[in-house]
Amino acid sequence: MATRIKESRGQEMALTAVVAVVIVLLSLLPMLRLVKEIVAPGGTLSTVAIAAGLRSPATWIATWHTLVVGIGGTLLAVLSGTVVAVLVSLTDIRGRSALVLCYVMPLMIAPQVTALAWLQLFGPASPFLKLFGAAPPLGTENPLYSTSGIILLLGVQYGPLVFLLVRAGLRKLPRELVEAARAGGAGWFTVLVTIVLPLMTPSIMAAAALAFVSCVGNFGIPAFLGIPANYLVLPTLIYQRLAGGGPAVLGEAAFLSALIGVIAMAGILAQELMSRRRDYRISSTSLPAEPYELGRWRVAVQAGMWLLIVLVLFLPLFGLVLTSLVPGYGIALTAKTATLDNYRFVLFEHDAAKRAFFNSFWLSIAAAFFAVIVAVPVGYLIAWGKQRWVRLLNLSVELPYALPGVVLAIASLLLFLRPIPLTGIQLYNTVWIIFYAYLARFLVLALRPTISGYHQIDRALEEAAQVAGAGLFTRMRTIIFPLVAPAAMAGGLLIFMTALSELTVSALLWSSGSETIGVVMFSFEQGGDSNYATAMSVITVAVTFVLMLVTNLLAPYLPSGVLPWRD
Amino acid sequence: MARLSLDNVTKSFADFDAVKDVSIDVGDGEFLAVLGPSGCGKTTLLRLVAGFEKVTSGEIRIGSDVVSNSGGSVAPEKRRVGIVFQNYALWPHMTVAENIGYSLKVAKLDKAVARQKVEDALALVNLQGLGERKPANLSGGQRQRVALARCLVAAPSLVLFDEPLANLDVHLRASMEDEFAAFHKRTGTTIVYITHDQAEAMALADRIAVMDHGRLAQLATPRELYHEPANEMVASFISQGILLPADVLTAEEAGHCKVKVLGTELVVRCHPGERPRAGAKICCRSADLDVSPDGPGFDGLVKRVIYHGGAARIEFTPAAGPDLTLHFEQPDPVVLESGARARLRIRSGWLIPAAGSAS
Ligand SMILES: Nc1ncnc2c1ncn2[C@@H]1O[C@H](COP(=O)(O)OP(=O)(O)OP(=O)(O)O)[C@@H](O)[C@H]1O
Ligand SMILES: [Mg+2]
Repeated sequence: MATRIKESRGQEMALTAVVAVVIVLLSLLPMLRLVKEIVAPGGTLSTVAIAAGLRSPATWIATWHTLVVGIGGTLLAVLSGTVVAVLVSLTDIRGRSALVLCYVMPLMIAPQVTALAWLQLFGPASPFLKLFGAAPPLGTENPLYSTSGIILLLGVQYGPLVFLLVRAGLRKLPRELVEAARAGGAGWFTVLVTIVLPLMTPSIMAAAALAFVSCVGNFGIPAFLGIPANYLVLPTLIYQRLAGGGPAVLGEAAFLSALIGVIAMAGILAQELMSRRRDYRISSTSLPAEPYELGRWRVAVQAGMWLLIVLVLFLPLFGLVLTSLVPGYGIALTAKTATLDNYRFVLFEHDAAKRAFFNSFWLSIAAAFFAVIVAVPVGYLIAWGKQRWVRLLNLSVELPYALPGVVLAIASLLLFLRPIPLTGIQLYNTVWIIFYAYLARFLVLALRPTISGYHQIDRALEEAAQVAGAGLFTRMRTIIFPLVAPAAMAGGLLIFMTALSELTVSALLWSSGSETIGVVMFSFEQGGDSNYATAMSVITVAVTFVLMLVTNLLAPYLPSGVLPWRD
Repeated sequence: MARLSLDNVTKSFADFDAVKDVSIDVGDGEFLAVLGPSGCGKTTLLRLVAGFEKVTSGEIRIGSDVVSNSGGSVAPEKRRVGIVFQNYALWPHMTVAENIGYSLKVAKLDKAVARQKVEDALALVNLQGLGERKPANLSGGQRQRVALARCLVAAPSLVLFDEPLANLDVHLRASMEDEFAAFHKRTGTTIVYITHDQAEAMALADRIAVMDHGRLAQLATPRELYHEPANEMVASFISQGILLPADVLTAEEAGHCKVKVLGTELVVRCHPGERPRAGAKICCRSADLDVSPDGPGFDGLVKRVIYHGGAARIEFTPAAGPDLTLHFEQPDPVVLESGARARLRIRSGWLIPAAGSAS
């Protein structure tokens, strides 16, 4: 046996240990806690919770509704997202970057803001319809309070998600495949149907699975559109149960949230199975295909695209702004009635709203900051680490984000309902439980771009520092962090934007004093104060939009695909 | 300055041996080139020495310290080796001076001293005044010089080069080659230099290690490698040696023996102690061939003549060995034509030692 050599790998071990602890705390622990609650509530194996959940008719109705809006929303999103992706990627349409920016925008807007904006368009109190005197009489039901309303908005919200994935796939389509088919005499439409779409099946499937998970887990849209019509899906059912019963019904809520998790996972599995059936691998990489010349159709197609964008983005936002300027419910907007009072009220007068702005800003800044700090070492281990088990880390960080937010919220509740053992620290009923949930849920948003940043960096840059004598921590600080910082920070900004008006998690975790923007917005809307809710929405949308523009400045330093709205 | 010893070093990736049973001793201050076809394990060997990869078995020593064996591996940052990477690996977010001074900063050297050393290193590679530039604003040759300066500034005992000139154009290569040679002479550092360019290896190295499929094929001086290749791989790899089947007729005498090649007898150089045997191979070069001699020789068919300026590459099939194709160069004036019959004579050659015999 050879003599042992002193390896001095202390820093590497320390880093690995810290990363492992963070991952266990943020992703494994909550998931395990949730599973335990379902199979062994109170410490002993029992099927009571499951049986109780299965017996309740409300469970089955909500499950049915969840499937209906989930599948409907997914179909709509896949259809619209794929069509837009094909038109934007494969034709010689003009103004592509602007189109992409506008089309992807709804993805950056919180679902409940989307819901609120659309509600303002069509309701009897709609200032927009009143501009033309076309508003239905007061007391009429808003047509969006319905199954089809929810499906429509889910499609609008997640169409861009499908668009991004399909577009990424289309970009990798080698032009030889298209050219070979055209040389074989196929017209453009035939090529599209026989070559392009079949090759895009994996992208479309993956996009569909992601859209399905998002639709099934969405809380904001069914909360704003479904609850008034008493049309409950699983996330809203959980919310109502918890709001009514408090911690006593946590066991049932855990069961329901696991049910959502199972439905979401079933969607992902179905996609896996379907894309395994045939070989769609694209072997060569080459330049993308020449755009198809639309010729005299170009103007029409362009007009159609912009009309779509007016419909899904500008009109709803316009409705949102109009309502936020109206002094009260049902009052028509004129130059005389227009007022900024609603903004003044939510920013300076209403206590909970003031607190919410404060809380949401610091929560999202802190979550973004922490995630960036954590993403750099975690990404290092995942992208460059030698140990194979570290790759499993990646999966476990993805988990809390892949699963619907409700699942994580319930898991956090279960975890922190009682004071933390040994320390006696109580997170339940404080803002810290929301902070914890944000970290667990959004870490992956910073991690993904960071990992793609690592893959773009030549590993030799680190090795050069290593032979120069720099230990791991020194390399991290002087070489690695500066190089991946732009990617990690872009991820941080994504987190900030997502967390700022987040509702799903905080709706279940908030308490008096720890309100978030999403929660206060929701309670204004439930109380009929749409004007205040819209004023808050406009502020968050404006902040998001400004941030998107600012982030664009980082774009030259980023791996492509990190900023979803950049073409 | 330090010796570098590799003892039966093996490196396996899964079940594939990238480096197999390699033993090399690099003397203090020696310039060793590692040469071999693509994928033969050169880079892997270098990364083993630097400590980026761990040996599967065997031992590596730098100076008197064991740095790698199956019991563990000293971290790269503790080995005090310098590396010049093929793609330079300059840190884009630092200026040239910061790049060069990095190892001094890590070692917490006094600022003024460090600045002076950086200046000296810049002067050494003729880059005075470029310290404040970013690497992105340098030409390829300048970047290579910065990489060299960065590696020299810490005065490492052992410097590793991984195909440092592969990305440069022909003219720049020649001048950088001179610079590396001058640097080696001036500092006397032990150098391991990886390349797949034979001319570069021959011009720079004291000794050359030829690698083939992860194994060490031969370790010798450039002259020995050219004149006395140890096996068929080295013979055909170095300067496109021509391999011909031969039967050894007489035992070695004064470094020569008589062999029969393609029906004709000739005298070739050989190792001491060679005895008559059948199924041997000799290696000869274009310069050893006489075209259309008056006297004895062997006849054959010229299959192809490819003229490429100053010389032509000839493909020739001897009548006595219709399965063989000889490739050789004929300098101007080219007298052979494709399709014609011709006669060749081998003036001399080298008898390749029998496999397994110690060289
Ligand atoms: N990390 C690794 N995992 C698996 N196989 C590897 C790894 N690194 C190298 N190899 C394999 O080891 C063999 C030798 O690789 P190496 O990079 O050392 O070749 P090389 O001689 O430097 O070639 P080149 O001249 O092309 O740079 C190759 O077949 C390569 O595929
Ligand atoms: Mg190599």
